[in-house]
Amino acid sequence: MGGNVLVLAEHDGKQISDATYELLGAARDLAAALGGQAEVALFGPRDLASQLGGADVVVSVDHPALAEYLPEAYEQALTAVLAERSPRLVLMSTATAGLDLGAAAAVRWQAPLAAAVTKLEAAAGEIVATAQILGGKVLAELELPGERAIAAVVGGTYPAAAGQGAGTPEVVEVAPPAGLDRLRMSLVQVTEPPGGDVDITTADLLVSVGRGIESQDNVELVQELGDALGVPLSASRPVVDAGWLPKTRQVGKSGLKVKPKAYLAFGISGAPEHLEGMRDADLIIACNTDPGAPIFDVAHYGTTVDLFDLVPALTEKLGR
Amino acid sequence: MRIVVLMKAVPDLVEEIELTADETGIDREFLKFVVSEWDAQALEEALLIKDAAGADVVAVGLASDPDIDQALYTALAKGADSAVKVTGGEETMLTGDRAALLAGYLAAEPADLVMTGVQAADDIDGQLPPMLAAHLGQPHVSVVVAVEAANGGVTVRQEFAGGLVHELAVQLPAVIGVQAARQAPRYAPITRIRQAMQAGGLREVTAAAATAAPAPTVRRMFRPEQASHAQMLTGSADDVATAIADLLRDRGLVKG
Repeated sequence: MGGNVLVLAEHDGKQISDATYELLGAARDLAAALGGQAEVALFGPRDLASQLGGADVVVSVDHPALAEYLPEAYEQALTAVLAERSPRLVLMSTATAGLDLGAAAAVRWQAPLAAAVTKLEAAAGEIVATAQILGGKVLAELELPGERAIAAVVGGTYPAAAGQGAGTPEVVEVAPPAGLDRLRMSLVQVTEPPGGDVDITTADLLVSVGRGIESQDNVELVQELGDALGVPLSASRPVVDAGWLPKTRQVGKSGLKVKPKAYLAFGISGAPEHLEGMRDADLIIACNTDPGAPIFDVAHYGTTVDLFDLVPALTEKLGR
Repeated sequence: MRIVVLMKAVPDLVEEIELTADETGIDREFLKFVVSEWDAQALEEALLIKDAAGADVVAVGLASDPDIDQALYTALAKGADSAVKVTGGEETMLTGDRAALLAGYLAAEPADLVMTGVQAADDIDGQLPPMLAAHLGQPHVSVVVAVEAANGGVTVRQEFAGGLVHELAVQLPAVIGVQAARQAPRYAPITRIRQAMQAGGLREVTAAAATAAPAPTVRRMFRPEQASHAQMLTGSADDVATAIADLLRDRGLVKG
């Protein structure tokens, strides 16, 4: 109650996600500052509570409709848990579940929400969130006043280790709401990502393209560089959404996390979602005509030379 | 099936973003505004449904958004059947205010299916689709990469990190937050957009806003401090290519 911080757990039915541990670590610190405890809302298989030793309390709702993530089912369960536990602050990740549930809970539970949060501070009952907007070009410092609030936290903001305690949390069961038996949506099937394509997470060197590539025809130009180097092309989200490269090549929050020895970024501005997926590369070299592009804040080397001039020159120098 | 596609004008990220003098907002006066890219994806997916199964597609924007007329005329030129400008709200950066006003509009002119972008670049207080759905009491799904009419409802594909996809059967009415359409958004020739403008036809509807969710208070806005910055390689394309080739060779990542 009072100063409790509640984390929405994400899992695949077997494993609690790293993002959940990141949030739980933050929840422990915030709860300590607010004079409350760290709670985790766990929907679906109750035995996963054994993986949540970092929590003081696990609030469990178990029902067949919650076996896999289903937006309406999760929303109903979350609404029931919030009514019962009245936390001061709810933390969820900015992944799919956060994008589904956070803003809906803001209306249903009548709580202010901060989206894309990269920093949270709590003192004397006051909570301040720092959130990214406009592709990370601007940060907003937001007060979350009142008795309740929600923060959707960007993945990687907090270390996962801090949330992986070995304690034995109290498990509190919340009765599944009746609405779970009359949902207006159902899961038809689950499709694994298409296999057979190259695995960009194991490459030592990646050549990556972003919005600055402008067209599918231009992707060919960079493909020639990739071919010359014998490495796969990866991409930021706009390129994949446009259908110019398959989803298996997407680096970032809704794609894959990569950690190659070198990452060459062409025409990638460096939206927070993309940086999340590649900032740990050993060497990052970025090419973007905008000298203010956020990609240069994580890159080791950068250039504002036009990629359409640079890529052919590189292909020529590195071609075998 | 009546499909309402909600369009938002957002600052063009290519532009330099200036803060207001009191540093609690974005200075919008000299900014160029463009249609939110996810909304363009939502419109494309709606038009694909219309192409395949028939639908009445209505593009809807807020009259208070800068340059929204252009966005709505473009939607008409692409194939939307009609376009509506919702009045009754102040210019706002808060999703909560938009959701409340659009909930008022949709109460007056209900849709079978609402489609809009999963998010917008300037979302501070959350995303529109779940907020709107919560006001309307309708089911919603976000991060959707395909929507097809099926069995009186829709089948949607919801995407998770790494490319895992859940296929969901959703009853109508519902609200869908679109991440990407099944194909790249179609192009509207400038002549068709001009024709749409000359024909007019943006219908203004005044809506009574629902009660918005509480919003966070913006204490200040600022630019991220650059903890570090790339060492910049300058000179001709050839000079830079040589420097990059050396960096890769030094690390044994390329031969020769």
